[in-house]
Amino acid sequence: MTDHSDPALVNGDDDNLGDLRVAGEPLLDLLNGFIGELREAGLPVSLTENLDAMAAIRHIPMEDREAFKYALAATLVKNNAHWRSFETVFEVYFSLRGSKYGLDDDSLEQDLADLLDDDERDGAGDEGSGQSGQGGGDGLTPEELQQLLYQAMMKGNESLMKAIARQAVKRFAGMEPGRPVGGTYYLYRTLRNLDLEGLLEKMMEQRREQAEADGHELSKLEERLEQDEYEHRIDALKKEIEAEIRRRLVADRGIEAMAKTLRKPLPEDVDFMHASREEMVGLRKALIPLTRRLAVRLARKRRHNRRGPLDFRRTVRASLSYGGVPAEPKFRHPRPHKPEIFVIADISGSVAAFARFTLMLVYAISGQFSKVRAFVFIDGIDEVTSYFEGVEDVTEAVHRVNTEADVVWVDGHSDYGHAFEVFHNKWGKDIGPKTTVIILGDARNNYHASQSWVVKEMQHRARHVYWLNPEPKSYWDTGDSIVGDYAAYTDGAYECRNLRQLEKFVEKLA
Amino acid sequence: MTEYRFESVPEVRDGLRKVDYLSDEGIAGIVYLADRLKKPILVEGPAGTGKTQLAKSVAEMIGARLIRLQCYEGLDEAKALYEWNYKKQLLRIQAQRGNDSWDEVEEDLFSDEFLLERPLLEAIRATEPVVLLIDEVDRVEVETEALLLEILSDYQVSIPELGTIEAKQIPLVFLTSNNTRELSEALKRRCLFLHIDYPDMEREKEIILTKVPDITENLADQVARIVRSLRQLELKKSPSVSETLDWANTLMLLGVEQVDAEVASSTANILLKYQSDIAKAVREFAADKQGMKAFAPGPK
Repeated sequence: MTDHSDPALVNGDDDNLGDLRVAGEPLLDLLNGFIGELREAGLPVSLTENLDAMAAIRHIPMEDREAFKYALAATLVKNNAHWRSFETVFEVYFSLRGSKYGLDDDSLEQDLADLLDDDERDGAGDEGSGQSGQGGGDGLTPEELQQLLYQAMMKGNESLMKAIARQAVKRFAGMEPGRPVGGTYYLYRTLRNLDLEGLLEKMMEQRREQAEADGHELSKLEERLEQDEYEHRIDALKKEIEAEIRRRLVADRGIEAMAKTLRKPLPEDVDFMHASREEMVGLRKALIPLTRRLAVRLARKRRHNRRGPLDFRRTVRASLSYGGVPAEPKFRHPRPHKPEIFVIADISGSVAAFARFTLMLVYAISGQFSKVRAFVFIDGIDEVTSYFEGVEDVTEAVHRVNTEADVVWVDGHSDYGHAFEVFHNKWGKDIGPKTTVIILGDARNNYHASQSWVVKEMQHRARHVYWLNPEPKSYWDTGDSIVGDYAAYTDGAYECRNLRQLEKFVEKLA
Repeated sequence: MTEYRFESVPEVRDGLRKVDYLSDEGIAGIVYLADRLKKPILVEGPAGTGKTQLAKSVAEMIGARLIRLQCYEGLDEAKALYEWNYKKQLLRIQAQRGNDSWDEVEEDLFSDEFLLERPLLEAIRATEPVVLLIDEVDRVEVETEALLLEILSDYQVSIPELGTIEAKQIPLVFLTSNNTRELSEALKRRCLFLHIDYPDMEREKEIILTKVPDITENLADQVARIVRSLRQLELKKSPSVSETLDWANTLMLLGVEQVDAEVASSTANILLKYQSDIAKAVREFAADKQGMKAFAPGPK
């Protein structure tokens, strides 16, 4: 493998592009590295797909960045949920290729100056046209840059916005070569200096004034739509800033190092307990198609297992049309077995996200079960089935569970023993031979009594008892975790750290 | 080497635009690539985003016949590939009983004359340009997918009695999927993958302008914006492009020039198909932006 930090390559000189365009050495190596990194990130890329990608880039030139990206994606990524991971790797690998995308501060100044000139010609007479005449971005004071940004955002001028984003990163992020800080730190510094919250306020204010000047007031709906539009633009700006920071980091540290730091797990591999806010959003998005898929699969499974014992009466009756020969045997349809589900979930801080996802998943496919009842606990326990009844929107119900359920008994620290005991006294009798009990939690009991006899009792009455633990198996029974005590009385305790594992379990269930 | 259908990506894009299909960079690029690499396209995405329409429009653009295979559970070889015309074969045997030797009859029975073409074979044997659309491929069982593999990778069909029939010309093949189940690796590997998502606001507005006659720019803009806002909410079913168009048409019929909260609320049932979604949307139309943040369940 050649050295990817070869400066000529990184700068993407025009001379070099000629070499890159044909599938000669450099591009081939680059692509190999790229595919290697995709595999590292967990995307399944087969050899044929690799070859397809090679064939594809013969037809789509790399200068056409978007088309190039889509060409690679079409051949390498066959699942939409993997798109984000792909995009990140793509940005890292190809962000510095091509003359337009080089990291050249001189051209940066020039770009901004050109754009400003254009802009001035467009909007001659606008406020602030005097101050930007001097051209170069460095000549601007921070306030002037702010003002410029504000104007660019109001007009939705994308190219100017991009130039400003790059200028802002150069100026505010304070990036120094070799400094061992993550990209988020630079992002934070840049955004703090740009004060985007204030910008949004200001834009909305301006819009309202404008409306008033036009002689009508903004209705709530209009205001809402305007705000959506501005937020959309600000998001685009943020993305641009992130991309710029990434570009600079790649230039500084080299492709491989950056690819490794930026590697994002696929949504189905994200750990419930350690998911960032952004990953949570991704998880929730992944949950909807997942439930649909699961429901279809389960329904199909049930339909296909439909072969009961011979139905004598119907067979004889059908034989009449064959002159009394039982040519077409008829079978009874077995009553489809739909389990009744009891979910008992620990919703204390550490495992709340996991409980939420499992509840959402179980309720989203509740049609596959004859009945679902849900209980949540921390050190007290409460039944929350009614929150879900007659509600179409599971998300909202889960939100109510988190805010309204009465789950604190003494201090709001998990006490499995007490919660189970109360459960047993109040609802234990409801568990019958058709019931499957699923207990969710990490079994970190804060050294309280385990009362595992309740679980034993459950197992006695119920069809199955399962325990799902969002902790990695190697942590079980360490510290105050007593999952082993309970697991002894269940039909299985499963590690359930991500959507992939959860999906697997639920499919087994029905 | 056969000739390519398209010269460049922009050509695809303009061509599609001429037949009223507004593509974006990704769509046009992949159609172009499919032609160059001679590979089928697997189109995936939410319902109502124009997956099937893409195949139809491409067919219209290149002036090809569209051959469509609608998939469903229980689809089999006889419905997708070919079938022997048993009745005719039977007639053939009866008609000339005793005159022919068995060898002759046998050879005769499994000839072209008694073969019923089904869509896949039809597409392979067509001499004129065709576009093959395999619609909702996720509806067939995993085992049935295997039927498609030979045709997708080699553009040929093997019939035991006749031998292998190779394509006279390579058809453009589109497969659509609503993603109700994971397709097999073998199938995915043979295709280019295209995910068509809801269009961004600009494109949606253009779509409205092309598809809804006489709509004003202003109204189209408003419709596109409201739909975008709706898609950001967490709904059971986000409005699709076709629903957006229905809504725009309705607004035109009602003679609405300016969409306000009241109009939006009273016609929301065209965009949204679940009562809970409609209720949520109506609440959103009326409420301030701040109100909505409260719904996002955060960590406790």
